[in-house]
Amino acid sequence: MDVRVLFFARSRELAGTSEATLALEAGSTTAALLPRLMEQYPWLAELGGSFVLSLNQEYLAPGEEQVLKAGDEVAVIPPISGG
Amino acid sequence: MSGSHEEELARLRAQNAALQRECDRLNSRFGAPAEQGPLQAAAGGGAVASDGEATAVASPASWDGLGHGLTKDQIARYSRQIVLHSFGVQAQSRLCLGSVLIIGAGGLGSPAALYLAAAGVGRLGLLDRDEVELSNIHRQVIHTEASVGVHKAVSAARACRALNSSIQVETHLEALTPANAVQLVRQYDVILDASDNAPTRYLISDACCAAGRPLVSGAAIGTDGQLTVYCHGDDGPCYRCLFPEAPAAGNCARCVDAGVLGVVPGIIGTLQALEAVKLLSGVGEPLSRRLLVADLAAGRFHAVKLRAKSPACVACGSAPAITAASLPQYDYTAFTGQAAANDAAPLPLQLIPWEERITPAELQQRLASEPGAVLVDVRPAEQYNICHLPGAVHAPYKHFSRHLDAIQERLAAAAGVSLPPPAAAAGQQGQQDGGGTEQQDGTAPPPPPLYVVCRRGNDSQRAVAALRAAGISHGVDVMGGMEGWAREVDQGFPTY
Repeated sequence: MDVRVLFFARSRELAGTSEATLALEAGSTTAALLPRLMEQYPWLAELGGSFVLSLNQEYLAPGEEQVLKAGDEVAVIPPISGG
Repeated sequence: MSGSHEEELARLRAQNAALQRECDRLNSRFGAPAEQGPLQAAAGGGAVASDGEATAVASPASWDGLGHGLTKDQIARYSRQIVLHSFGVQAQSRLCLGSVLIIGAGGLGSPAALYLAAAGVGRLGLLDRDEVELSNIHRQVIHTEASVGVHKAVSAARACRALNSSIQVETHLEALTPANAVQLVRQYDVILDASDNAPTRYLISDACCAAGRPLVSGAAIGTDGQLTVYCHGDDGPCYRCLFPEAPAAGNCARCVDAGVLGVVPGIIGTLQALEAVKLLSGVGEPLSRRLLVADLAAGRFHAVKLRAKSPACVACGSAPAITAASLPQYDYTAFTGQAAANDAAPLPLQLIPWEERITPAELQQRLASEPGAVLVDVRPAEQYNICHLPGAVHAPYKHFSRHLDAIQERLAAAAGVSLPPPAAAAGQQGQQDGGGTEQQDGTAPPPPPLYVVCRRGNDSQRAVAALRAAGISHGVDVMGGMEGWAREVDQGFPTY
């Protein structure tokens, strides 16, 4: 099944795209999400631990496990500090 | 004494009584003010408060029956939002009695300060330690060409007063520090984070937690923006709830290096002003527990629902380690791994031995006397495209390893230029095989001189080290980079 991933700010630069499709096995949970993302976009490792993930526009706490379904929308949101 | 004078006195007494009633109402609702109370704020809001002798005077004015306390001038000035169905006189009155501290009079603070002054916020505090530079003005639109070199808080205050002389504008010219943050934040009702660096963002959030003030946090870089309200109500999270780990310094791009499209902080700062108006007036739904993330290159606004504050949060949790008492000792530089840098240049570093570095003036002499010399410019494309020296090889440091082949090729070609034809083939072979240091049979000539330049002389040192690691060990760094060149050699060279 495919989920949609949106990259914001620095994650967009590192991934080289603002939007992507991530193929996951049916029935995967959010626990599978991060390793799969890092595999497809290894440069994201540069973010270290400092970013927020959202699932269908809701904050996804680190370590929280939810079952994903096809068409879900994930966003990678690192903090920005400029002004 | 004329009749009009007495009328004026009566009107002022009525206003004062109305303000006192509002003050009493607010005190009974929120508790007595800790430091500067709303009545003092109102003194700058166009109403003249007397010494309290008139508190018992009932309002004789027929137009002031509802206790909103707005003057005729205020009603005229703010009429378009007062007549707004969802806003009205009470909301306007709360704005006129309210106070906002804007931390940073830059890209975010510029529109925020102008809109809040225009909207009639009774007391505006403007904090910034920097002076206006020409390169600020494309986004920091509160400043003008005439204010280049002027303190940003002073310049911004001038603009706010020009827009609305009836409000009180206060300037804070010092930096926000752990020592002064809580005390400063306590003096205002709502705080705007319009700062430009990670350590200050954590400091502001912690101070707002400790002082119990809502924080309108905006950020912008490039074409991206973020906005939310932290520390709001009983369960609103703080910056640390969301980002407990500080971002790596390399991921905190600053406007001076990464660039920012001027209108982007303009949009986010304007939204910050809106959130402050909502918080002060009580109208609308503040953006608490929601994070607005904007990819403005794509024209995409993404709102993420956030959790309530984390019980384990060190700043706003059930047993916070960071409190008003402990905050002044907290080391924000150590936590974030970066100083509270502003829009200024990074410190010049000394990363490689002095003998591998030359001054821009020496570079000029050597380029003139060494026709085969190769110059490598490691700045990002955007900067290289502004202006570069003739013949410079462009090899951005960000992806330096991808450009090593091009540098090798240029060295080989330069060896052909600077040396007699028979030796050139041997030299070229040697360099392509293993780099410039490899001597094939004792007759190989020294490789062509190689100079590396960047914007200011830090990345170029890193590039010289990277070249050495790749087997090209004769690279020489140009101290001070192209900015040094512009200072020492060619003052016509554009800087940015």
